[in-house]
Amino acid sequence: MAEKKRELAVVVSQERLAEGIFSMWLQTEAARSALPGQFISMYTNDSSKLLPRPISICEIDRENMRLRVVYRVTGENTGTEQFSRMKAGDTLPMIGPLGNGFPLEAGKGKRAFLMGGGIGVPPILELAKELECEAKQIVVGYRDAQTFLREEFEQNGRLYISTEDGSVGTSGNVMDAIRENALEADIIYACGPMPMLRAIKQYAMEHGIEACYISLEERMACGIGACLGCVCKTKKKDHHSNVNNARICKDGPVFLASEVEI
Amino acid sequence: MDMCVNIAGVEWKNPVTVASGTFGSGAEFEAFVDLNRLGAVTTKGVANVPWEGNPTPRVAEVASGMMNAVGLQNPGIDLFCKRDIPFLRKYDTKIIVNVCGRSKEDYCEVVERLSEEDVDMLEINISCPNVKEGGIAFGQNPAAAQEITKAVKRYAKQPVIMKLSPNVTDIAEMARAVEAGGADAISLINTLTGMKIDINRRQFVLANKTGGVSGPAIHPIAVRMVYQAAHAVKVPIIGMGGIANAADAIEMILAGASAVSVGTANFHNPAVTMEIVDGIWAYMQKYGFEHVSDMVGIVK
Repeated sequence: MAEKKRELAVVVSQERLAEGIFSMWLQTEAARSALPGQFISMYTNDSSKLLPRPISICEIDRENMRLRVVYRVTGENTGTEQFSRMKAGDTLPMIGPLGNGFPLEAGKGKRAFLMGGGIGVPPILELAKELECEAKQIVVGYRDAQTFLREEFEQNGRLYISTEDGSVGTSGNVMDAIRENALEADIIYACGPMPMLRAIKQYAMEHGIEACYISLEERMACGIGACLGCVCKTKKKDHHSNVNNARICKDGPVFLASEVEI
Repeated sequence: MDMCVNIAGVEWKNPVTVASGTFGSGAEFEAFVDLNRLGAVTTKGVANVPWEGNPTPRVAEVASGMMNAVGLQNPGIDLFCKRDIPFLRKYDTKIIVNVCGRSKEDYCEVVERLSEEDVDMLEINISCPNVKEGGIAFGQNPAAAQEITKAVKRYAKQPVIMKLSPNVTDIAEMARAVEAGGADAISLINTLTGMKIDINRRQFVLANKTGGVSGPAIHPIAVRMVYQAAHAVKVPIIGMGGIANAADAIEMILAGASAVSVGTANFHNPAVTMEIVDGIWAYMQKYGFEHVSDMVGIVK
């Protein structure tokens, strides 16, 4: 018991990838057991900001005990803005890894879509690195030409990009990219904004793709399953609360799309 | 030195418990906290049947605090008794079950059921600001609070702690009312009703519009109310509200609390309760207090 604790991670490096998008490598114990699709709770060093910021894991370097997070600054004087000002050598309180992750085994021998949208793009990178499947089709959507992580994706699968302003790849969203390139899959992994996830769930149902795994997001307080702040509606009664509410932080963030109501 | 406290006849090994709703039934904190080192675990509120709770967003951050409108989502008494009580009984800590309800009958049903279970104390939540029926309706009216205390006492085999709301004009009057109703102890404070608006989207942040404010922001209010209640009644007070470290806990004890509950701070640091137990010990050592109870209410 009491084998986990809040630790002080050390910032190894920080860089700005795009307007308001930052990448940070952290030296942390959490790298030992982290899996793609999991997240870490990052705390600011500002005592007026109590709650952790749940940030998805973008890359895992288990050998050097490092995790990469790529996150969006959500506004002035927010926790994420404070993170963005941190430099190599600074320390940052955190706990993790938290939540489940993308089921890697399920992808073996299958044609997969790895889909990310907006700030849901980063967790797809480690998935792309670790997933062993028949056809690795990475479909990611951005607002404009600031296609962060593009080079990393190109090294780990066949990349299809959509942009809302049409400046790169398919003009439109990730579903437009699938249609334009006549892509097909047996399994889907996705993370992104709710409208995107709804469209993906609909697509999976229409195409009879049962293995559609989506990563959800909701405002959290504890991040470890105690406060019941971040629930999502489920088809069946969930094991924990015996009502149709699963905890995104603990039971998710990755769910089988058919099991949640979004 | 002795950290034991006696709360309404129940001996805790130290005066530190956790605030209902911030700790589940302990399982989620097992990895971070040695549950054996807590004086007691106070569970999340449990009702006679499972409750869905409120729509999301249910939580928001505010300066030095947070807001929640979870709405008492809980698995209902059946699953709770089957799963959560045996889990907690593995540990050497007292079990306080928080009870919620929509009507007097609801509360009594849960209390009657728990009177047959192996738990140490009951905490009756008449102060949740996030449910329309029951909850705070009983907690803002002294006559209603006294009446419900009397009602649950008829069914309870364990000592009953009444949990009070700060959303009242006179906390001493509420404390006297539940004491008159037969409360064995009083816990306070629950959250303060608040509201947060997203100015960019021009919408309420919480789906419920209002929520309960907790965290360090409310600590001075809690200390004041614990002081006032402690001077109004003879039953022991369990003080809570924004306790984030040992100093906050000690302040609460000096104001008149016989024990303390740590709530929102568990979200900031899951192991904070251990630091608070150690911190109280260090304080006793530093100032030569032989028993924790020697510190209770000594600031007049």
